[in-house]
Amino acid sequence: MALSLNWVNDYIDIKKEDKKALADKITKAGINVEKVTSFNIENLVIGEIVACEMHPDSDHLHVCKVDIKSDILNIVCGASNVRVGLKVIVALPGAILPGNFEIKKSKIRGVESNGMLCALFELGLEEKTEETYQKGICELPSDAPLGENALEYLGYDDTIYELDLNPNRTDCNNHLPFAYEIGAVLGKKVVEPDISFKESNDDINKEVTLKVETENVSMYNLMVAKDVTIKESPNFIKRRLEVAGVRSINNVVDISNYVMLEYGQPLHFFDKDSVGNEIVVRMAHDKETIVTLDKEERVLTKDDIVITDGKKSLCVAGVMGGLNSGITDNTKNILIESAIFNPYNIRYTSLRLGLRSEASLRLEKPLSYEYTEKAIKRACHLLEKYADAKIVKGIVTYDKTDKKTKNISVTLKEINSILGMTLTDEEVINILQNLGFTYHKEQEEYHVEIPLRRQDIYEQKEDLIEEIGRLHGYDNIKPTLPIVETKKGVYKENIHLRKMISKRMRSLGFNEVRTYTLVSEEEITKFNYDNKEFIKLLRPMLKEKAYVRQNIVNSLFDIYNYNINKKIKDILIYEISNVYGLENEDYQEDTKLSFLLSGKYIINTWNNNNLEIDFYLLKGIVENLLNYLGLENRYTFKLSSNVPKEIHPKINSEIIIDNKNIGYFGKLHPNISKNDVYVCEISLTKLFNCKTSDVKYKELNKFPTIQKDLAFIVDNNIDSMEIYNEIKRAGGKLLTNIVIFDVYKGDKIDKNKKSIAYNLTFEDYNRTLTEEEVMVKFKDIINSVEKKFNAILRDK
Amino acid sequence: MNNDKIESIKKELNGIFKNIKDEIELENIKNEYLGKNGKITSLSQLIREIPNEEKKNFGMQINELKNIFNEEYNNLKNKLEEMKILAKLNEEAIDVTLPSTKIPSGAAHPIERIIESLESLLMSMGYDVVEGPEIEKDLYNFELLNLPKGHPARDAQDTFYIKGEEYLLRSQTSPVQVREMLAHEGHEPIRIICPGKTYRRDEDDATHSHEFTQMEGLLIDKNITLGDLKGTFESIAKMLFGNTRETRFRPSFYPFTEPSVEMDISCFNCHGKGCNICKGTGWITVGGAGMVNPIVLKNCGYDPKEWNGFAFGFGLERLAMLKYGINDIRVFYINHDMRTLEQFDRREY
Repeated sequence: MALSLNWVNDYIDIKKEDKKALADKITKAGINVEKVTSFNIENLVIGEIVACEMHPDSDHLHVCKVDIKSDILNIVCGASNVRVGLKVIVALPGAILPGNFEIKKSKIRGVESNGMLCALFELGLEEKTEETYQKGICELPSDAPLGENALEYLGYDDTIYELDLNPNRTDCNNHLPFAYEIGAVLGKKVVEPDISFKESNDDINKEVTLKVETENVSMYNLMVAKDVTIKESPNFIKRRLEVAGVRSINNVVDISNYVMLEYGQPLHFFDKDSVGNEIVVRMAHDKETIVTLDKEERVLTKDDIVITDGKKSLCVAGVMGGLNSGITDNTKNILIESAIFNPYNIRYTSLRLGLRSEASLRLEKPLSYEYTEKAIKRACHLLEKYADAKIVKGIVTYDKTDKKTKNISVTLKEINSILGMTLTDEEVINILQNLGFTYHKEQEEYHVEIPLRRQDIYEQKEDLIEEIGRLHGYDNIKPTLPIVETKKGVYKENIHLRKMISKRMRSLGFNEVRTYTLVSEEEITKFNYDNKEFIKLLRPMLKEKAYVRQNIVNSLFDIYNYNINKKIKDILIYEISNVYGLENEDYQEDTKLSFLLSGKYIINTWNNNNLEIDFYLLKGIVENLLNYLGLENRYTFKLSSNVPKEIHPKINSEIIIDNKNIGYFGKLHPNISKNDVYVCEISLTKLFNCKTSDVKYKELNKFPTIQKDLAFIVDNNIDSMEIYNEIKRAGGKLLTNIVIFDVYKGDKIDKNKKSIAYNLTFEDYNRTLTEEEVMVKFKDIINSVEKKFNAILRDK
Repeated sequence: MNNDKIESIKKELNGIFKNIKDEIELENIKNEYLGKNGKITSLSQLIREIPNEEKKNFGMQINELKNIFNEEYNNLKNKLEEMKILAKLNEEAIDVTLPSTKIPSGAAHPIERIIESLESLLMSMGYDVVEGPEIEKDLYNFELLNLPKGHPARDAQDTFYIKGEEYLLRSQTSPVQVREMLAHEGHEPIRIICPGKTYRRDEDDATHSHEFTQMEGLLIDKNITLGDLKGTFESIAKMLFGNTRETRFRPSFYPFTEPSVEMDISCFNCHGKGCNICKGTGWITVGGAGMVNPIVLKNCGYDPKEWNGFAFGFGLERLAMLKYGINDIRVFYINHDMRTLEQFDRREY
């Protein structure tokens, strides 16, 4: 929102203030001036063409004599609309026009020219177009005062502030409240606008009656202005509206906008003769329709407030007027509305209809009834002055506003103790006076009455203390540290464990990534493992971001593809994030660790010392992580058909801890990726439920170990884990380690068989084992495995 | 006569090792003198023929010969072995300038780096780290924070609702504060920070993201001042952006704090002169804060007459962008090029 300081100057004297410095002061106090634009060109005066002849040496130039009161100048002009009697803008020698174009005394085709007659586009006040060029030089009204500053006369000698306001202080988008804010900063008095007018002897009660049939209106005022003349607005109104970004329509419509921009109170003008003698304010009926000013038919709901004449709807309250009752060029009599509606209804209606106007934005915020009453009178004052209106005596009012004043009591000690400042009584009193807040002091306590215009202040100490603090300046706060108990903060719940897992993943060479929680309908179904109901947003912004994801793997696969497209093939990434699913009407949070790996784990570019990533490396990483977490010997891995359909059905494993599935790992299905890509997903939420304990040191065995090697030939379809378990069982507690050192398939044995070779370690922590007792166990193992798996001991 | 033999062998020995080139020649020489029938060995056989009184002397002379031989022999042997090792080392020589074998890197995400920096500072100041759900109740995300339904300030953070406007994706991490206050039921001081993901209906561009990360802090205790907040902020600003940073507060508005402030740091790039990063102002806004609004305290079970405190919040993407010189917020979420990620495999400063 842009504010004209010329306009503000009507209420507070800031003519002599440095506008940049003022902007800084206001900004420091919390009203953020984003941009300051000053417009001024020296040596532009109002002149009158007193003589005009064709240039002797040109077919389009004229030689004019221009009266600028102090002198009569000879000026050559090329515009087509020059003529005797025209009041014009004269740029005198020394004037610097936009584009750094300096006006100098010169000769044009031999004729002396001592200045330039200007078009608005030449002053940068209009865009240069074919149309503005054809218009020629600017034609000022015949009563424009000779010799005076032309920009000032036109209202262009202005400084514009563009504000970026906090949502509680949007009142400062209006010139009068903004003037009060400047007053608070500068300690200057504000003079409120003139709201006086003459009243005719008609009786308003004969003109209109009012019925308010909804509780969503807290104040509704009506006045009548008769016999208006519809015409162009005076220059200053046009110019000021333009600064505020409001298009000038005619004097009457402009006045309603002008008053809104003064007080922040939107008004609505009805064409009195299109409206009956009765106004009824009520909630709309469901599906009721109205054609609004923009000629659109609007379908209403029971949450919209409408203004009616008892029969037909005239206006969607606070949002847009009806086509049937608007001001036209033929309007004679006006019914003026100044009201406060329930802000929630206005907000709801304007959002739903997509009609957010300057008026509705203001009505969405709490308004002061003081300004509601003043604004309607101000409109009458201006209509009388600029539209020749006769104001009908009296006002029709519906008023349910709370008249209780807001009072806040606070002591100097409280102020200083919350702000951490050292203000004195004098400083506090000074600030209260500058704010224009009335107060009295009883003993230590200030009793302050908050003026109605400050609707943003809530009736509590802190709100007043903030006012005092911001005006005193937050630069006066002395930094301290809170005096509180000394303690070390901790990670609550499982955060610490999650951080350790994250660090472990990084130690294992994985890079951390973050990907979006929201995914598309297509994406949500991919890598689905938990089979919980998907969670969809109520009103997604984009189709691509409509669901809350239930796994991370799919997002990691996107990153994989992005890198592959860039010819980056060695990829190790992980993410830990919360995912969500719906189960039994409950939004269930699951903290997941997912990682993806592909390419080489250890890379040498010039010899073959690479470590290619494969399933067993993946498995090793999973084991490394689980062992790190103290879960050694607690987990088992099992090929499963429960893994997502995007996972290879024969190269995968579920992770089972204490008989519960906590996730899976495996290779991607060849349908998904032709390259070897491996992924893992672990539910940390489930993992955290597995209790673990701290490291307990175990002394190493002092007695010698006995090692035995053997190999079995077994059917291909027998899993090594089954044999392992059998060896372990048969070996008993003397068998402490089983290492597979070879797996062979090939020419030397049957096609459907494989050979697995084991290195077994036997030991006892209390004594030296004898070869004989180990051999007994060793033979037991051979017998059991042979029997159970129909295995053959190799190279017997 | 026998002495002549000794003398002549002695002479022979002088210079005999000079031309030996390898261990085989050396062993041959050894054999020639000390072998079974070696020249020195055979001298010992003469001892029988020598008169008894000379035996001792003769024996000593033979021993001297042996010693002379052995000393020379051992010297040469050691030397040859050294040469052999040296030759072997030379053979083993590699081109040490060839590129290394790469160990995978393992970098933390830049947002995680910022989180960990803030955590370590604030935990040392007694703040516990607490988290909360991302699918949150409207009650905790808005209502108890003095943002009733229909409140215009909800505009500023247009929200993703999930179901019947009761559940939503949290638009801020403040609901964690609410949960914490409710959990302490109004009779214990609170010092927490809550980092986490947040969501707003923003269209993604270089400076906006529908998903982003916040970290809020909350301190509830007794007799806390805005000065305490400023001191705390100063510690954070200096930790993140260097000890020479200055800080300032500007008045602001949040429904859940009163007074509310914006927290600025002096520009680390131009040191206040004005540049692109600070948009010519010399200052950079890095977060919002304020004294907890008594309405919020009351809503969450704390008696404002007894307790007060402050809350502060940072957008962590913004901090990371400033700290690492990242100019597009999407870098944190999409198109994770491995080369981008690996840049962050370095200790935090």
